[in-house]
Amino acid sequence: MLNIEDLTKRFGRNTAVDAVSFEVVKPAMVGIIGASGAGKSTLLRMMNRLSDASSGRIVFEGREITALKGAAKRAWQSECAMIFQQFNLVPRMDVVSNVLHGTLNRRSTLATMFNLYPDADINHAIGILDRLGIAEHAPKRAEALSGGQQQRVAIARALMQDPKVVLADEPIASLDPMNAQLVMEDLRRIHEEDGRTVIANLHTLDTARRYCERVIGMREGRIVFDGTPEQLTTGAARDIYGADASFSEDSTSTSIETLDRGQLRALREAEAAV
Amino acid sequence: MTETSMTGAPAGRVDEVQSAYMQMTRRKRMYSGIMLVVFIALMASGFIVADDRNAGGFWDGITNIFTFPGEVLSEAGEKIALLPALMWEFLPSLIETINIAAASTLLGAILAIVISLLSTRGLARWPRLIPLFRRLMDIMRAIPEIVIALVLIFILGGGPVPAMIAIALHTVGALGKLFSEVNENASLNPVEGLQSAGASWSQRMWLGIMPQVAPNYLSYALLRFEINIRASAILGFVGSGGIGYDLKNAFSWGQGRYDEVAAIFLLLFGTIVFFDQLSGYYRNKLIGEG
Repeated sequence: MLNIEDLTKRFGRNTAVDAVSFEVVKPAMVGIIGASGAGKSTLLRMMNRLSDASSGRIVFEGREITALKGAAKRAWQSECAMIFQQFNLVPRMDVVSNVLHGTLNRRSTLATMFNLYPDADINHAIGILDRLGIAEHAPKRAEALSGGQQQRVAIARALMQDPKVVLADEPIASLDPMNAQLVMEDLRRIHEEDGRTVIANLHTLDTARRYCERVIGMREGRIVFDGTPEQLTTGAARDIYGADASFSEDSTSTSIETLDRGQLRALREAEAAV
Repeated sequence: MTETSMTGAPAGRVDEVQSAYMQMTRRKRMYSGIMLVVFIALMASGFIVADDRNAGGFWDGITNIFTFPGEVLSEAGEKIALLPALMWEFLPSLIETINIAAASTLLGAILAIVISLLSTRGLARWPRLIPLFRRLMDIMRAIPEIVIALVLIFILGGGPVPAMIAIALHTVGALGKLFSEVNENASLNPVEGLQSAGASWSQRMWLGIMPQVAPNYLSYALLRFEINIRASAILGFVGSGGIGYDLKNAFSWGQGRYDEVAAIFLLLFGTIVFFDQLSGYYRNKLIGEG
């Protein structure tokens, strides 16, 4: 389905993403982990075509994404929704308008300039907001909402695009643990119920372990781990982050449930030592 | 857990939200429709009035619009070989014009910084006097430079100094307004930090606000400098010297001096482009450092 072949991105003399290759055969929930600067965001931005690849290819269902231009490129972007760490909503517009921005690719510029959308779309947008549990905020300005609510508006905008792939760039990095859990569960549900592929950059290991069926680890632009959460041992995690034995994922965990996982940690420590 | 996060309002409530939002949307659309009609009506009626008052009528005159520039260009084209010499000849008066613009921008910007700080809420030394300083700036913006210059030329006699004062006054009003908008966006936290250390008002402004706003100030001041070059050229028409004086002579004596007009326009254009590039370069450098 989605094929990434030797994808590389260079900024001047730095190589942010270095010959990355992987394949997603069927709709899946994929987590990408790695230290800051490992190239996770750059990889996602290239997949959405927000930035161009230096070399390599992205192929989705037989189409070469990296070669698309103009209207075809924008059509791909509408099929491949993106969710950002800082939500990237239009703060002074109301929530429903922000969700309706998901349909921009299908509408004429003139109609959208005057905020004219078909009634069916407006009702659909409110339906999506209801599915995410924030329908009562529909007429409010986006800036009046809390971070967690704003991120769910961003997810609603993504769903409005009816995308085949949802890319999430650190979707919970600016949220408190409770909202982080809600947002991750929403993403998981988008994958399970709608059968969409979700690829999320995550900065905490336990989130990747808990919500994703496949975890890709990146370090200095290269893929250094690709497997199931079960295969992601503490030893593997230390490799991904280039950390030594003092590294413990629980010390940085933001999950509410981490507190009683000491036993599991002891088990993983033992595995790593072997 | 999944259920608790994803169950929204019951079906009845969603319909409520939907109908309320649709109502709001329809109201908004109606308002924008009315606004659009009013706007078009105003544009049309304004145009009709202007067309009626116009001496020759707009539609009769529009066919002649390119005649004069055509004449200038054709005459300048015939004497194109003379242009470099003419440009060299007018260089001293161009430098005088730039001098007037530079002095007035510098003087105006310094005064604008002070008056903008005095008229920004949250920063002002005397908060009650904010309206006074604001009206002062309004007055300085409201009176055209050319009027101030004419009055000053009457009092002080012709020459570059009245022009400089006139442009500087206008610059204080215009930059003061822009600077005070920049000030409003500056963070007050550093100011509070300095105040907690016992700093005076001037120290707080100079050390707490200036570093935050300097790049924006510079960018506005450089834009104003470009505008002032043009303004000081125009003031030459009323007798304050510089390249505007030469332009007026070349224009009004008409007969066979359009090549001089072309040379002066080229010089002015080149100057504006030069200073635009220069200001862009320094602005980027300053922002890059910050």
